[in-house]
Amino acid sequence: MSSVSESLKSPVLFERPQALADVLTNYCPGCSHGIIQRLVAEAIDDLEIEGRTVGVCPVGCSVTAYDFYNCDMAQAAHGRAPAVATGMKRAHPENIIFTYQGDGDLASIGMAETVHAATRGENITVFFVNNAIYGMTGGQMAPTSIPGQVTQTSPYGRDVTTAGYPIRVCELLSTLDGTALAQRVTVDCPKNVRIAKKAIKKAFEYQIERRGFSIIEIVATCPTNWGLSPDAAFKWLDENLLPYYPLGVHCDRPAEAAAAAEQGDKDPAKPPVLVDQVAVRTPQQARTDA
Amino acid sequence: MAEKVLMKGNEALAEAAVRAGCKLFFGYPITPQTEVAAYMSKRLPKVEGGVYLQAESEVAAINMVYGASASGARVMTSSSSPGVSLKQEGISYLIGSDLPALIVNIQRGGPGLGGIQPSQADYWQATRAVGHGDGHIIVLAPSTVQEMADLVALAFELGDKYRMPAMILADGLLGQMMEPVVLPDVLDSAALPDKPWALTGHQGQRRHQTINSLHLDAQELENSIIRRFERYETVRLVEQRAECYLTDDADVVVVAYGAASRVVRSAVNHARDEGLKVGLIRPITLWPFPTQAIDLQIEKSQAFLAVEFSMGQMVDDVRLVVNGRRPVSFFAHTGGIVPTPEEVVVAIRRVIAGEQIDIVPFKSKLTGDRA
Repeated sequence: MSSVSESLKSPVLFERPQALADVLTNYCPGCSHGIIQRLVAEAIDDLEIEGRTVGVCPVGCSVTAYDFYNCDMAQAAHGRAPAVATGMKRAHPENIIFTYQGDGDLASIGMAETVHAATRGENITVFFVNNAIYGMTGGQMAPTSIPGQVTQTSPYGRDVTTAGYPIRVCELLSTLDGTALAQRVTVDCPKNVRIAKKAIKKAFEYQIERRGFSIIEIVATCPTNWGLSPDAAFKWLDENLLPYYPLGVHCDRPAEAAAAAEQGDKDPAKPPVLVDQVAVRTPQQARTDA
Repeated sequence: MAEKVLMKGNEALAEAAVRAGCKLFFGYPITPQTEVAAYMSKRLPKVEGGVYLQAESEVAAINMVYGASASGARVMTSSSSPGVSLKQEGISYLIGSDLPALIVNIQRGGPGLGGIQPSQADYWQATRAVGHGDGHIIVLAPSTVQEMADLVALAFELGDKYRMPAMILADGLLGQMMEPVVLPDVLDSAALPDKPWALTGHQGQRRHQTINSLHLDAQELENSIIRRFERYETVRLVEQRAECYLTDDADVVVVAYGAASRVVRSAVNHARDEGLKVGLIRPITLWPFPTQAIDLQIEKSQAFLAVEFSMGQMVDDVRLVVNGRRPVSFFAHTGGIVPTPEEVVVAIRRVIAGEQIDIVPFKSKLTGDRA
């Protein structure tokens, strides 16, 4: 009998990831945060790391993420998540630490923390949600707002002669030797959602393998502050943001090194970054210790 | 008895921190606290699990402290006045998240870039406005190299006990001077308190936890602040510390902390040689301010004199306790000028003679006293 009732049950095809808390989301319809946060939770489930994962969410729409995960979470000051994550990782190197940051947070007020965490090869994972606008404060110009983009504080469109140009974060961080992985993805269609999921998981895997700093930039929507319907927002993203922010892997040093090694290159220009790699010391340091 | 060693104040403080179980240091270079960071950069890599990290800024350093503290670690940072201003944002978040941490301020003259000579002009910042919002931190004021070492363990203990950041408020004089010091014993790591609130990863053993200072519901925020202030009331009642020196028969009591109290102690000794009945109350905790010690002195003495290396900050707290019951005089130098004991003796003589003085180093007022 029991086998019959078992067989009558429909198989579970889709369910909430364990790492995602069973609470109501406060995100607007059509906002990408929901998809992205789910993908992060799926990756945590897949890798079975929830018990040793701590997330850091600083100021912006990302802040309430501390309510949405079943792993330990900390809220951080605006822009400071990579510094907070650094303190956490150094205190408990065996734990998996991720930050979940928006564009104003990461690329404006927190740029110093971002760049230095990357160049230190800090063994953390950064999820960077780039929707080209300040969401929580009501739609001001962001460091990633594109030229001509109308926002509350660029009402005539972003004028690059006075407001300067947007920052391409993945490209910038790719120049730093401490960055292991910098990949830009989006979640505008099932295919891209699958790519994003793979990238998010890979970023966690690199942290588990102690390869250094990983950042996954997710080009995202903000229908409310863009003043568009969810459908139109994704269309606007495809037509305007993606040309400015090309998707793809901008830097993958472990993969580059592996490829170089395969080709017999014993001395690849950029070695894979390992956090416990012994640093070169200055002669003076050596004298002090001698 | 343990062996005495000759050490700089900054280095004694750093070594004491390591011995108190502090394995993580995050800082940024600034004079005159440099030796704390330099000592830690040499010492901590030799400690198991030890981390010295030179941050990209004071702002980053205090947030690294926040992260490590949230993870349950005993952690510290050190800086000097302009750098502490930069840390204020992070200190406010530590307060709002009920996180303990040690912040060392080896004060220099301000405002702005100020100077690099000893100063006590950050008293208000430390005790009144260490960050935005309602809140306090514990503030300890050493006056010798020995105390630079001894107060470190206390700062960590009190911080952990009350889940508050704690500051050691010293100055360039105490940081740079060398004195013999008996270093504290190494704390057994088993003696470190449990921190069940820490974000260590739930490891499948408990519900997930959050460290957070955001409360969008106003009632929830008020409740959290009131709970914190109830804890502050306990701290105010039971954690006041002050040294009373020759106060039993003192007609006049000088109140001074830190390096200023060293000058005052010499001045009190000179004045006693002249037969003047004068004593010293030296606050060791600046927050909570030792109101009890001063309150008890009011019946015994006719007048108080506050001496500081600032234009008059701690004197406010003295006046708040005395509350008009006795005259409170004031004598100061600021901007890195350390008063001489002789100057303080002159001030003491005038107060004993019944004058109420308010001598700040305005040129017009000063001329007579320095002559």
